[in-house]
Amino acid sequence: MAYLFNTPDEIAAMLDAIGADSIDELFSQIPDRLQLDGPLDLPGGLSEPALEAHLRQLAAANSGTAARICLMGGGVYDHFIPAAVDEIASRGEFYTAYTPYQAEASQGSLQAFFEFQTLICQLTGMDISNASLYEAGTAVSEAVFMAMRVTRRHGRVVVLGSLHPEYQQVLETYLDNLECQLEIVATPNGFADVSIVSEALDDTTCCLVIQHPNFFGGLEDVAPLCQAAHDAGSLAVVCFDPLSLGLLKSPADCGADIAVAEGQALGIPAQYGGPFLGLLTCRKEFVRQMPGRLIGQTTDREGRDCYVLNLQAREQHIRREKATSNICTNQGLLALRATVYLALLGREGLNEVSQLCCRKAHYAAQRLAELPGIELMFDRPFFKEFTIRCRDGAKSVIDRAAAAGFDLGPTLARFPRLTASLGDAAAQETLLVAVTEQRTREEIDGLVDALATEPAKLSSQP
Amino acid sequence: MRNSLATELLFALSRPGRRAARFPDCDVPLQPLDELVPSQHLATADREKRPTLPELTEADVIRHFHNLSTLNMSVDTHFYPLGSCTMKYNPKRHERLAGLPGLVDLHPYQRINDQQGMLALLYDLQKMLAEISGLPAVSLQPAAGAQGEFAALLVASAWFRSRGESRSRVLFPSSAHGTNPASAAIAGFECLQLKEGTDGLVDLAELEQHLDENTAVFMITNPNTLGLFEQQIEEITEKVHAVGGLVYIDGANMNAIMGITRPGDFGGDMMHFNVHKTFTGPHGAGGPGAGPIAVREELSEFLPGPIVTSNLDDDGNPHFQLEDPPRSIGRVRSHFGNVGILVRGYCYLRTLGPDGVRDVARHAVLNANYLKSLICDLLPVPHGQHCMHEFVASAARLKEERDISAMDIAKRLLDFGFHAPTVYFPLVVPEAMMIEPTETESKRTMDAFAETIRTIAAEDPGFLHEAPHQTPVSRPDDVQAARHPVLSWTPEDGS
Ligand SMILES: Cc1ncc(COP(=O)(O)O)c(C=O)c1O
Repeated sequence: MAYLFNTPDEIAAMLDAIGADSIDELFSQIPDRLQLDGPLDLPGGLSEPALEAHLRQLAAANSGTAARICLMGGGVYDHFIPAAVDEIASRGEFYTAYTPYQAEASQGSLQAFFEFQTLICQLTGMDISNASLYEAGTAVSEAVFMAMRVTRRHGRVVVLGSLHPEYQQVLETYLDNLECQLEIVATPNGFADVSIVSEALDDTTCCLVIQHPNFFGGLEDVAPLCQAAHDAGSLAVVCFDPLSLGLLKSPADCGADIAVAEGQALGIPAQYGGPFLGLLTCRKEFVRQMPGRLIGQTTDREGRDCYVLNLQAREQHIRREKATSNICTNQGLLALRATVYLALLGREGLNEVSQLCCRKAHYAAQRLAELPGIELMFDRPFFKEFTIRCRDGAKSVIDRAAAAGFDLGPTLARFPRLTASLGDAAAQETLLVAVTEQRTREEIDGLVDALATEPAKLSSQP
Repeated sequence: MRNSLATELLFALSRPGRRAARFPDCDVPLQPLDELVPSQHLATADREKRPTLPELTEADVIRHFHNLSTLNMSVDTHFYPLGSCTMKYNPKRHERLAGLPGLVDLHPYQRINDQQGMLALLYDLQKMLAEISGLPAVSLQPAAGAQGEFAALLVASAWFRSRGESRSRVLFPSSAHGTNPASAAIAGFECLQLKEGTDGLVDLAELEQHLDENTAVFMITNPNTLGLFEQQIEEITEKVHAVGGLVYIDGANMNAIMGITRPGDFGGDMMHFNVHKTFTGPHGAGGPGAGPIAVREELSEFLPGPIVTSNLDDDGNPHFQLEDPPRSIGRVRSHFGNVGILVRGYCYLRTLGPDGVRDVARHAVLNANYLKSLICDLLPVPHGQHCMHEFVASAARLKEERDISAMDIAKRLLDFGFHAPTVYFPLVVPEAMMIEPTETESKRTMDAFAETIRTIAAEDPGFLHEAPHQTPVSRPDDVQAARHPVLSWTPEDGS
């Protein structure tokens, strides 16, 4: 049997020691009538080779980034992952360990997470980073909850319509049963108008949530938006792209009180959307309102530097219903990946990767916009992602690109929320394009050439 | 042996001018950056005053993290009987398979026809979890057990609303895991904690006294955190149902009962699985997990989406789609779920098959009872004759007679190369040691562990108060850590 150890002789000896006649007897606490009288209706067990053949077959029915050249965006990007990241993350000492509750048995993880917190602070300029949340949507929600506690305003939260529609949905779910009103400020031009946002903020608003670069790829006027939030006595929550920070102003420099992000870009593969890495950072005066684990440095019995789980009185295992969050299991291994990634990248590497993304994205945008029938949807500065509008319809462009070996998208029509705000016709014609440091000029030119071919001459995929 | 360089912080290892990652030269026109992005968005020179990322070579990084890894205990290297955490062996095939191209590199916004293999896998996983739980509708969205609890509580409140009811209270026994009350609170419920009976089980009278038309959900872990099956589970669920409430089963302990009995059959209306416990998703030093939920048919239309559905195409082949249930509470996270962990859980269930699933539970229970039999004379187990997958022993007598606490034993075990059990939880047992060996440990390992406990119990208490003695550090000062939190390295503090 799979992964079981004890031989029939040992089992007999064990039952003897227990004083039971059979394993069944150990289950006598479960009333008989509740015990299943036959096996579950599950598929039969597979050997390792058979399982591998089966999984290979399933995998082959999907198109990953190895199958086509990826220019997809929407919060998940095809950045390069150095081999050293996989090497460290596949060490059993890390990935088969539990949450580091026993400090003496977990200094490796604890120190790595302390380094993670430090690297994220260095990246963002913020004072404090926690040791990870699930992903960006919940990080946004946790930031809003945190802002309610800090400001003691529970009535209202203002969110820009240019926040990732799925993050908006998550926040809406998290607020479902609470009194807090969610106000979404429309961004028909692909970015927020500071004066309209200012009007939406009032003295019951706990925070303003800004994504920058936003879902459409565009840059927001973050500093004035943060200022507007502060003028209303609200906190400014900024959702950033970690790999933009070799080029763009940091959340701290823009005035963010809480900065959150999707950390997928930091050495984490797409994996159909998870596990990813929710980042949450804040100003130091809010530390006791933070959700999630925090690692702290201290000294041990002999005065040696060491690391422990710190300020646990915020957490569910101590504080129960008064905890700052219900999170327990977090995204530790992904935080480790990000730590190794950032350590490899270093200061120069970060600058380079930001600049490469930005330059290549602008080259791609310019070339695509030269094509008849394709234009940039918004007249707005961007970083590595942009929205295009295609006269032939977004789906047809995505299909033609795929037939030529390129993945684009998603189309905005995929998000009911955007169809509602932009209008169905516009949503059907628009899609996102993201260009990472991995894309070459040759690839971008190849995509443009493929799309330049008359659509009628290509049979689009069924 | 390690030298001290090995565990210096990354930041102390940094030397200006060192590089690891290098990128190809830019092959598109090198326009000035401020022509691409207006200067008000660009990082200013101020930035240079801030600490920046360290500068290291790839070899620095590899040596550093390899050395750090050796400071950890892990399932791959040690017996890890941490109660409630189900630290079972993590099969290596799962790592390879979850890393296959087509799975690991699949973008969540890929075209639906280009993700049919993934959807087939997730669809089958939904079906398998429905079968194991006895609850027909499954959502794979939640990222961990706590998020599963939260999502299910929102499903409950949406269901009550749909019936024109508003119920505001969630009940749970005091031995409930901390996430139960924390999830109830963020879902907007009032929490009421019930006292257990002296037998460690739910006290029916106490429960009955607090049930009323305001009761939304009773959350119960079964088997509970003491490792006991709640034998009166049917009466419990009947009583909750009688006042119109719902029963939530915290499925963190499914390792003891899968293939033996099903939450849906004993009256549960909703539950979560911890794929990172029961179905051996590796814990990753804290995460990631996956916390799918399963609910009764009438609650299914409120589940968080997307859910994978299937219909037959023109050729009679299954075609999979993503759908949101009609009255869904909405998303609880972006994208589909913690898919990488779900893939591992799928591989595990496909390896085990129906007999294997049942054998896991049988051997988890056998191992726990065996280990209990070896140490219960020294560390009495106050509750239950037999236990399920884990048991809670008490060091109270040792504490009284020899001044040896649960913490002393836990710390000293590390010196002998065993990870410590969970200590001081649940609170109902004084000097609690919650021990869960799991089915993937051998008799020999448990014999050695029990022998070590005996050795420790005979040691000098003063020596034990200072344990561990062999680990890289010993008894970190938590008080100092909390009083003067140092949560990141800064150049001033670093040396
Ligand atoms: C009984 C119990 N319930 C709930 C949880 C929470 O699950 P998770 O850590 O996956 O959020 C755990 C585990 O930590 C648990 O042991």
